[in-house]
Amino acid sequence: MTETTIDKPTDAYADTYANAFAAVVAHAEGNGTAPLNALRQAAFDDFARLGIPTTRHEDWRYTNLRKLANTAFTRPQTGAEVTADDIAPFMIAGLDAHLIVFVDGYYREDLSQIDEHPEGTAIGSIAEAYQKGCTGIGDYLGKQVDTANDALGALNTALMEDGVAVYLKAGKKIDKPVHVLSIATAHSNSAMTHPRNLIVAGEGAEATVIEHYVSLGGENYFNNTVTELFAADHAVVHHYMLEREAESATNISTLAIHQGERSDVHSHTVLLGGELVRNNVRPVMAGKDAHCLINGLFVGHGAQTLDNAMRVEHAAPNCRSRQFYKGIMNDQSHGVFTGRIIVQEDGQQTDAIQSNRNMLLSDDARMNARPQLEIYADDVRCTHGATTGQVDPEAVFYFRARGLPEDVARAMLIYAFAAEGFDRMQLVPVRALLADEMIAKLPMANKLSAEFNEEIKERLYRI
Amino acid sequence: MTTPLLEIKNLHAEVDGNEILNGVNLTINAGEVHSIMGPNGSGKSTLAQVLAGKDDYDVTEGQVLYKGKDLLDLDPNERACEGLFLAFQYPVEIPGVSSMQFLKAAVNAKREYHGLEELDGVELLRLFQEKAKVVNVNMEMVKRNVNEGFSGGEKKRFEIFQMAVLDSEMAILDETDSGLDIDALRIVSEGVNNMRDGKRGFLVITHYQRLLNHIVPDVVHVLVDGQIVKSGGIEVATELEEQGYAGWAEIETTTAS
Repeated sequence: MTETTIDKPTDAYADTYANAFAAVVAHAEGNGTAPLNALRQAAFDDFARLGIPTTRHEDWRYTNLRKLANTAFTRPQTGAEVTADDIAPFMIAGLDAHLIVFVDGYYREDLSQIDEHPEGTAIGSIAEAYQKGCTGIGDYLGKQVDTANDALGALNTALMEDGVAVYLKAGKKIDKPVHVLSIATAHSNSAMTHPRNLIVAGEGAEATVIEHYVSLGGENYFNNTVTELFAADHAVVHHYMLEREAESATNISTLAIHQGERSDVHSHTVLLGGELVRNNVRPVMAGKDAHCLINGLFVGHGAQTLDNAMRVEHAAPNCRSRQFYKGIMNDQSHGVFTGRIIVQEDGQQTDAIQSNRNMLLSDDARMNARPQLEIYADDVRCTHGATTGQVDPEAVFYFRARGLPEDVARAMLIYAFAAEGFDRMQLVPVRALLADEMIAKLPMANKLSAEFNEEIKERLYRI
Repeated sequence: MTTPLLEIKNLHAEVDGNEILNGVNLTINAGEVHSIMGPNGSGKSTLAQVLAGKDDYDVTEGQVLYKGKDLLDLDPNERACEGLFLAFQYPVEIPGVSSMQFLKAAVNAKREYHGLEELDGVELLRLFQEKAKVVNVNMEMVKRNVNEGFSGGEKKRFEIFQMAVLDSEMAILDETDSGLDIDALRIVSEGVNNMRDGKRGFLVITHYQRLLNHIVPDVVHVLVDGQIVKSGGIEVATELEEQGYAGWAEIETTTAS
């Protein structure tokens, strides 16, 4: 199949993004983020130079961003009417969490519920922090994003207006997870948002942050998020990204991580919604003995494209990384997994494992998987494995030979395949939410009895 | 006259156009243990798979009646729910599904098929414990994923355990002795013998006589080139052990039972 590639920005899209940039700068005085304008301008210059990547770009070989070049996305209108009742379905049952809500990219204090948290910790919106004069955020913003080479990261930096900031001084701990709920309403239709989040965990600090992207009537929007996560020495951070966008939406998410000595970061990503989704996870282990777990599950149907690009950098000795990604693709959906492991010269005694396993449920579903190892140290252990297959017909026959109908057998095997990814998540209520979503999405789920679904969920919740 | 448990009449089956079963005739009555012996490639495992309903094979001629019903008309899961059980030569490892979950689903699928109430967790556990005693299986096995990391002996014992839990009436044991040492063979055979109650039927498929020292059959059949060429008592197995399979292929007699 040949893809049309775009070499030069079309005038239409150049105008779209230039106009958006002008609007963001114009609003910056009002929302207190004018100090970020210099960073925005530099990033916009980078973006103007880079343009929207085409499939000729190695990092975008399997995912075509034509839509971003051809659509005149606007800045979303403010003032969407959303009530606490409207967002109730997006709460995570059984999870006691701080709630911070963004609607169409705008912080909604009225819907948020940030409970008490220890002195020396902060949870809030970035714009709000600037309004209060907490400009220390500027010491971190932009440090983990290479705008000179990352067009979408540059675009986010140029057009960022708000997002969540979670900050912990050394030794501090926020016990309850921070649930960041981002809702796209009809005000987002044909609009774009560029949420920018920042998580800073000081030495030995501990926090859990859940980014949760949903739609409440939003269609055809473009959500381009960047989260920078700084885990200082001995810090422990758990990050969840639950992507449940509208199925006409484009979501590009980047989690850029900087890890200090003996820090421990767990990244869990689940992609369910969206028409075109790109999930970037980029940890840099800069301190020795750091550990990161990169766990993901993507479930595609219809004509979804779910693209996962990992870039795991071992820049210090004796660090350990674990990547486990699983894809389940149905209909004509297209999955991509690129797992790059970079071991710098200082990365001696690196211990890196990467595993990508995919299940195709239909003849038309596609999967591209590629491991990429770049190793500049000589004493390392890097293993990678990628498999793509169908539901094992021998296993289906085995189940049938014990009396289980074929559809039930297949469903059991598909859920079993996914369950491993859930088992790695520590937040049991998140597993439960995802199990419901996955069961609703996967074929044959309706053939299973309610009791059976309960049983599957029980299995998925299992600690 | 009572209806036989299993009646195979002039069964022909092929895979990719190659005929493997070439007119098999066999009748098993309730309570009987039959053994099929035969050299590699004679069609033993094909017969087992065709009876269980594997769709890799095309039945081109003949009929199989199970308790008087047309077996070949049923889906594999329906056959299992009707009481037919195939103990696999190579049980499949299923990572991610616990043996407990698997057995619960299987038992309740069968109950649902027969219009019975599902058993709850407590009742199921009681059933498993009771059957574990009958076939001498450790309940720890049930906590592990289906066949995952099981030794050859454990896999075969788990097959027999499933047969007991599902209370199957007609069991086909496909080379259950393959890959077993003598201790495992004895334990598995004891499990089978404990299930012999005068009502169940067994079809024991094996290449070697040694299994039949433990599970003593009522009738031994010799299958060569997709046909039963000889049937008789245990002495047939003994003869085979002494003379090997050489020469059987030339014998033209088929025994209609």
